[in-house]
Amino acid sequence: MRRKITVFLIIVICFLLQSTLFQAWSLASVSPNLLVVVTSAFGFMRGRKEGMWIGFFSGLLLDIFFGNVLGFYALVCMYIGYVNGFFRKRFFPEDIKLPIILISFSDLTYNLLVYVFLFFLRERFRILYYFAHIMLPELVYTIGVTVFLYFILLKINQKLEAVERRSASKFV
Amino acid sequence: MRVKRKPKHTMPTKYILLILTCLCVVLLFVSFTLNISGGPLNTVAGYVFVPMQKGINAIGTWFSDKADNLKSLKAVMKENEELKSQVDALTTDLNTIKLEQYELDNLRELLELDKRYPSYEKVGARVISKDGGNWFSTFLIDKGSKDGIEKDMNVLAGSGLAGIVIDVGPNFAKVRSVIDDASNISGATLSTTDYCIINGNLQTMNENRVIEFSGLKIGEDTVEAGEQIVTSNISDKYLPGILVGYIQQIHRDPNNLTSSGTLTPAVDFEHLEEVLVILEKKQVGK
Repeated sequence: MRRKITVFLIIVICFLLQSTLFQAWSLASVSPNLLVVVTSAFGFMRGRKEGMWIGFFSGLLLDIFFGNVLGFYALVCMYIGYVNGFFRKRFFPEDIKLPIILISFSDLTYNLLVYVFLFFLRERFRILYYFAHIMLPELVYTIGVTVFLYFILLKINQKLEAVERRSASKFV
Repeated sequence: MRVKRKPKHTMPTKYILLILTCLCVVLLFVSFTLNISGGPLNTVAGYVFVPMQKGINAIGTWFSDKADNLKSLKAVMKENEELKSQVDALTTDLNTIKLEQYELDNLRELLELDKRYPSYEKVGARVISKDGGNWFSTFLIDKGSKDGIEKDMNVLAGSGLAGIVIDVGPNFAKVRSVIDDASNISGATLSTTDYCIINGNLQTMNENRVIEFSGLKIGEDTVEAGEQIVTSNISDKYLPGILVGYIQQIHRDPNNLTSSGTLTPAVDFEHLEEVLVILEKKQVGK
């Protein structure tokens, strides 16, 4: 229960920051994608199931407020969280290489899917332009933010796991 | 007391994923075909998030004001010099534009634009958040169905068209701006009332802060750069005669019948804070 509330708060805060503060702080009219960072980070820290649920709810939030149809972003984010869950076994908290790589790939995948389904199908074919001017800047900005956000998420997760271990050992 | 569930009772993640995927696909089709979105979800989400977004926005505005004040003197000085040289260039431009202005005023009078604009009943609203991604240009305003806002109402900012309401919750409304890549508006030139299609374009907006228009059926050289494009009277969602932007560039299409080009929007979308929603919808016989 404690974990659910904490994760819910993290999603809410990241969504709010992403849609307000970071829109004002956009560089070259591009802003970072915090919800993908959260989804991906919890995916490889906690496994497929949690990644999937977190992705689903973050995506649903985007759908409700900014989507044209309900369910698209939820679907995309859910799969991002699920796939990241496969890397749980290879994840070590001290090593920042894997998180950065995974989050980068998640962000790129997210944007590629958005491009293919919401742009390519409307005859906007210049993928290289969109790659260079939207996807790449967003990737760089997102990674820059990730360096800070990831450590915050990691610390929160470690705290939660410590609390859970303690309460679990009490009942044994 | 908390009882640890045994693993055999929980459903494998694979199946949950499958169920959620089906749910999403069903939602996609339902909301796409029936053209509904949210409903009760809108209400719940509206009451949870909108107050928070308003709060953050207020704090953000305060901070950005402070940050602007701290903008270094050096930058301002440099800007000043640049502006001075620009003033010289612009004064020469101004003379020619003044002449055009007379013509414009006459045309406006003819169209009774001034009379028509204020007659619509409007309500002011604040922009509280923008699309979280970088692909689309939709934003939320802090007035919703409780304030009488409905889907398809036109949204103005300053003197020009900012967008159209595409979804409403009880206390918020989603607005698709004119520059959104998926936006299509039926427009017309002000002086000759020739129809064209105005569509938002992420690429041109990114490069030159302009949007596209196409299919303008005019003779050669009847319309020049600087001409105002307004919403047309044949549009089914936009009220007629609202300024969309000024032609920045115009060229003949290869078919030599129509013209297309780019348009500078009349609204500054980078610094959009307050908008006006027209509470009147275009009546179209069905």
